[in-house]
Amino acid sequence: MYLTYIRRELRRRSKQAIVIAIGLAIGIGLVMTVSATSAGVKAAQGKVLHSLYGVGTDMTVTKTAAAGKSGFEHFGNFNFGRSSSTTHPKAGTHLSRNSLTAEIGQATLPASDVTKVASLDGVSAATGGLQLTDTSFSGTIPSFNSSGGFSSSSGSSVHTNFNIGTFTVDGIQITKSGVGPLTSSDISKGKFFTTADNTKDVAIVSSSYATQEKLKVGSDLKVAGKELKVIGIASTGSSSTDVYIPLGTAQKLAKMKNDVTTIYVSATSANDVSTVASAVHKVLPKATVTTSATLANEVSGSIKSAANLASKLGKWLSFAALIVAFIIAGLLMMAAVSRRVREFGTLKAIGWRTRRIVSQVMGEGVALGLGGGVLGILLGIGGSSMVSAISPKLSATVGPSFDTSGGASPVDFGNGGGGAPFGGSFPGASSHRPSAHGVGDAARSVAVHLTAPLQGNDILLAVVLAVAGGVVAGAFGCWRAARLRPAAALRRIE
Amino acid sequence: MYQLIDVRKYFDRGGNVVRALDGVSLAIGENDFLAIQGPTGQGKTTLLTLLGGLDRPSSGQVIFDGRDLGALGEGDLAELRAEAFGFVFQTFNLIPTLTAKENVEAALVPFRTGKAERTRKALETLDELGLADRATHLPGELSGGQQQRVAIARALVKDPKVLLADEPTGNLDEDTRDEIVALLERLWRDRGITLVIVTHDSSVARRAQRIAIIKGGRVSVRKEQALAR
Repeated sequence: MYLTYIRRELRRRSKQAIVIAIGLAIGIGLVMTVSATSAGVKAAQGKVLHSLYGVGTDMTVTKTAAAGKSGFEHFGNFNFGRSSSTTHPKAGTHLSRNSLTAEIGQATLPASDVTKVASLDGVSAATGGLQLTDTSFSGTIPSFNSSGGFSSSSGSSVHTNFNIGTFTVDGIQITKSGVGPLTSSDISKGKFFTTADNTKDVAIVSSSYATQEKLKVGSDLKVAGKELKVIGIASTGSSSTDVYIPLGTAQKLAKMKNDVTTIYVSATSANDVSTVASAVHKVLPKATVTTSATLANEVSGSIKSAANLASKLGKWLSFAALIVAFIIAGLLMMAAVSRRVREFGTLKAIGWRTRRIVSQVMGEGVALGLGGGVLGILLGIGGSSMVSAISPKLSATVGPSFDTSGGASPVDFGNGGGGAPFGGSFPGASSHRPSAHGVGDAARSVAVHLTAPLQGNDILLAVVLAVAGGVVAGAFGCWRAARLRPAAALRRIE
Repeated sequence: MYQLIDVRKYFDRGGNVVRALDGVSLAIGENDFLAIQGPTGQGKTTLLTLLGGLDRPSSGQVIFDGRDLGALGEGDLAELRAEAFGFVFQTFNLIPTLTAKENVEAALVPFRTGKAERTRKALETLDELGLADRATHLPGELSGGQQQRVAIARALVKDPKVLLADEPTGNLDEDTRDEIVALLERLWRDRGITLVIVTHDSSVARRAQRIAIIKGGRVSVRKEQALAR
């Protein structure tokens, strides 16, 4: 009787039932789509963070260079006679230099710090790494004018004819822990490093860099002017590291014996991350400890906008739609009950208790809610599939942006002050990665595609919302039904 | 069975107090057949709602089998309505989405009777009223007379002590009216129930043992006749 009555009643006012169900479905579908998109944005952020961290890493430890030692000192190799010299290089002099330096703004840590961190409670593994930039420079010195700028013989400014090439290099500690920016699972061709490779002249290149430079397994690659043999190609997704070399090799080539720039730390448990971070900070008070939570805050770019859109506007918009749907459903239910005054009055007159009538109305509301829920789930699946199909490209930038397109260049060409007058960008510097994290680091940009993966939780959320919508709608009707007096059955007007 | 003692029922209609019943005292015995007659708006239906426990008096007592209906809680009143009172309405008041059989079964819902037993009783009652072949029809598919017979079946399926009918022939043509009144009279005789009919139709009222006339909120019993049992 209970279910038959619900089914027949909903069929009788099918138009209204469809309106209520569609209203609820739109709200539920929106919430599901936004929820799935938020999950997609989080996954995208996770990819970004993963590219910065590496597999299995819970936090990184870095050290910011002290003021005046921002890492540019390594460019001393390119100091062609600045203030320390009173003579400029002669015009027409051909210069060619190659340098492997630490990331700008990053100081080094002694390798012994890796052991210190590894021995802390709650740390399951720690490895060291050197994040470096290989910069090659070649060109001919033009003549200088009296103001210190470059000029042609006619006195007008000229565009310099320098070739500057950069690529990023990660020196990685070869361990079995799997913690760090590259693991054997990332290797798509060739092989991963073995512990015997620690100081050998071997390299693994990213697939994108291999394509760009036409490198393959067995090719030779110059790092810091030294020929290295490519032994593997890595598919590291959104990572912008171009070349991976063993830590010992990196320390040797960068002349940073026993130094690391980054310590990759894996905590025993995800719950211990903040505790371990505090412990690391105590052991290395001058170091910067970055967890995924702090790093996530540094992410900017369209991915940040998408995250904000999903978490703020999207969430509130969908919940607003849902609440409006709930209220409309409730009001329509209340109106429907009002039209059934005589019906419910009759049921009361024949002995039905108020709670039985209320449960009948509630059952109708929940049935509508579930109907709306099924439609909503379909809409949610459609919405999330649409987002995944469109797969908008999101950019993510970590750290402050580093503008090389003009203005003062961080590279000191010894022009005697007054700033570098020549504009122009570093060829090949579009994906400068400067490393890790913290003040003073340059920006690292990566691109990820947004998907909206629906998860079990989203379906569960839809079901909960559907039932809640039904209960809210039913509650409005129940409130009205409960107030009916049985004498209403004897009214003579419809 | 019923003892009404100085029953008053007032309604507040936008600040004006309407005295629907103004000091009604009346006794209704077991197996009585009482017709309540009077002009429109004089309190006939109000009196029926008080007899059926659908409403409470403003003052006075409506005593049924020794229990003051005005003093009972909602739960007890609902129980009493389920067990002791059967209602028949002028506009039939069948649930439009339920079949004739299901409408009759609805009266057994408060008893938590099993589905099979409910169905058996409903069909049995419909058969008694000559509606066995209309059991699966929706109210909209039945004539006025058939609908009223379904409503009567719904009222009788639980074997009530009292059958309260509010203008049961008000929406019926003359032939059907006579048929329904004859049916009610037969049921009253056969089942030994107490029958109270509110009507403005004198031809219907004349079939009753007694006629209570309501005017100005007061009741006077005009006629008492012994009907052959």
